[in-house]
Amino acid sequence: MSAAVPQPYVHNKKRGHFSLGRILLYGFVTLTAIVWLVPLVGALYASLRPFADTVQNGFFSRPDTVTLDNYRRAWDQGDIARKYWNTALILVPALIFTLFFSSMVAFVCSRFSWRFNIFMLSLFTAGNLLPQQIIIQPLFQMYNRVPLPDWMSNSGKLNGSTWGIILIHIAFQSGFCTFVLSNYMKLLPKSLNEAARIDGASVWKQYWQIIMPLTLPALAALATLEFTWIYNDFFWAVVLEQQGADRPITSSLANLGGEFFTDDNLIAAASVFVALPTLVVYFALQRYFISGLTLGSEKG
Amino acid sequence: MELSRGVDSDIQDSLKSYPAAPANKRSRWFSQFDGRDKWIALLMIGIPTLLHVALVWFPTVSSILLSFTNWNGIRFSSMEWVGLKNYQQIFGAFQRNTYQALLNNTVLMLFLFAGPTALGILLAYLLDKNIRGTRIYQAVFFTPVVLSLAVVGFIWKSVIYSTDNGLATQLFGGGKSVDWLGNQSFLIPIGDYGISHNFAAILVAIAWRHTGYIMVLYLAGLKAVDPSLREAALLDGSSEWQTFKNVIFPSLKPVNVVIVVITVIEALRAFDIIYVLNTPRKTEVLSILTTNNLLGEGGGNVGRGSAYATILFILCFGFVIWYVTNHYRNTQEGADS
Repeated sequence: MSAAVPQPYVHNKKRGHFSLGRILLYGFVTLTAIVWLVPLVGALYASLRPFADTVQNGFFSRPDTVTLDNYRRAWDQGDIARKYWNTALILVPALIFTLFFSSMVAFVCSRFSWRFNIFMLSLFTAGNLLPQQIIIQPLFQMYNRVPLPDWMSNSGKLNGSTWGIILIHIAFQSGFCTFVLSNYMKLLPKSLNEAARIDGASVWKQYWQIIMPLTLPALAALATLEFTWIYNDFFWAVVLEQQGADRPITSSLANLGGEFFTDDNLIAAASVFVALPTLVVYFALQRYFISGLTLGSEKG
Repeated sequence: MELSRGVDSDIQDSLKSYPAAPANKRSRWFSQFDGRDKWIALLMIGIPTLLHVALVWFPTVSSILLSFTNWNGIRFSSMEWVGLKNYQQIFGAFQRNTYQALLNNTVLMLFLFAGPTALGILLAYLLDKNIRGTRIYQAVFFTPVVLSLAVVGFIWKSVIYSTDNGLATQLFGGGKSVDWLGNQSFLIPIGDYGISHNFAAILVAIAWRHTGYIMVLYLAGLKAVDPSLREAALLDGSSEWQTFKNVIFPSLKPVNVVIVVITVIEALRAFDIIYVLNTPRKTEVLSILTTNNLLGEGGGNVGRGSAYATILFILCFGFVIWYVTNHYRNTQEGADS
């Protein structure tokens, strides 16, 4: 976050000075923050004790035993390792191609004059705002009619294959990324292209060797954000991947609920497994994450 | 085409060294490129656009067309044109589900504005006041945003709303079990419909995630407000609320538009958290009804599912257009100045 924005005039004046307003302010924010922490801390707490212990002594009690047993059982019964792998198989190609495709469109639309510039960018921007459920009926029928060889799909069709999920992620997410990247590229000096062109650089060279390196900050921010969004996808894989075992981890929650339903602490442990990668990425790359979100909301 | 005026004028400058440049626009697009380059540029824009149009816009238009058909999705030959019959059905025989879903989507949207969106803006405003440890507070409020709503549903179900041992049960249940997610009786009845207890419980879980999202967007906007504006207003003797209302809030119009659109779209998109909880009765929303018609005995009911999808489309499309035109009008002004 840009907490580094200098505001020394307030800082110096207020330091050490506690008015009633300041106390109320800190009180309100702190109280809200504590309430906000409850669900996650509660999940961690519950996941570390046996369910029988919670049932017997209630949620608000000191645990008799602290154990990782819930995690071990959730890992085995939920087949978490395989679900992580399924996620990786979708996430990595989807992320790379989303950024690749959208950066190309953003480059051509923002760096060259073209009659359809605004139309193209509007198309992508609007496409990214549609609720996914609007397109699911026809998409499902289309996917059902595209045959794939056995080595690509267990079902023999695009429907039920990892490929189908990767494709829809690229198509859908490239809306947002094109929007953000075109806003960003538009701000780079126009003279870059001319200079390159006079030097005889091809369009591809201008894109790959001149504009892309300058766009790296935006790409890093988008990569962090898209990692989280694609990882967090529940809908596409629930609908387009009917085989529970082949689902990525977030969508496999749809099955886990039934298997674990009697043991809340086991569910809590499974939730922690699902949440962990996004939490790690967020805390490690917080700056990129936030700037990705705000890049999309500022006017270009 | 005013957006490209800045680019245009630059290119016109550069065209001066290419005296053969033709005047008409179509050739000008080609004249920006030498030889093979125009084909490469067309491919660079063409392949991603083809994919996006084929998998997003083509199905969107198809949904609208399919909503006027009766089709089980198996053979094209079994598809028949039925006019408005699907709409008559969903507002007739299935009206209980449809009206409840429409109400739930509306309630969710109003709730998001009145609750988490307002709270998110308030928190952003407060955390912008040079608070010690502001980054820690921000991280706390933002953490739920990086979680999928499906996980949010799971966490709340197991930790907060567990019937016997949930945190909410033990705090507010008075020693008794509370079936937070199963209680479909109306908390606030509205005619034959209403806001059910379990939907209200889900709303609270959604609010936990939405607040931080809005807070971060608004905080970024506030950082961009010229501090001298605020100082001037305060020196003028305006109260804090007046300063916010008359100076800060209007100057954040671009962020405000984004927040309105995001909140509306999120309310219409809501799916994960309800589906992962097995759609308790009275918590159905439009997205769930669309998806429910996907598969079933003897194929799906593509026509009815598409009719629900079309309603969803009609509800959101106005906001989408508003957002897009607003954004690109802004960029135009930016390019002109």
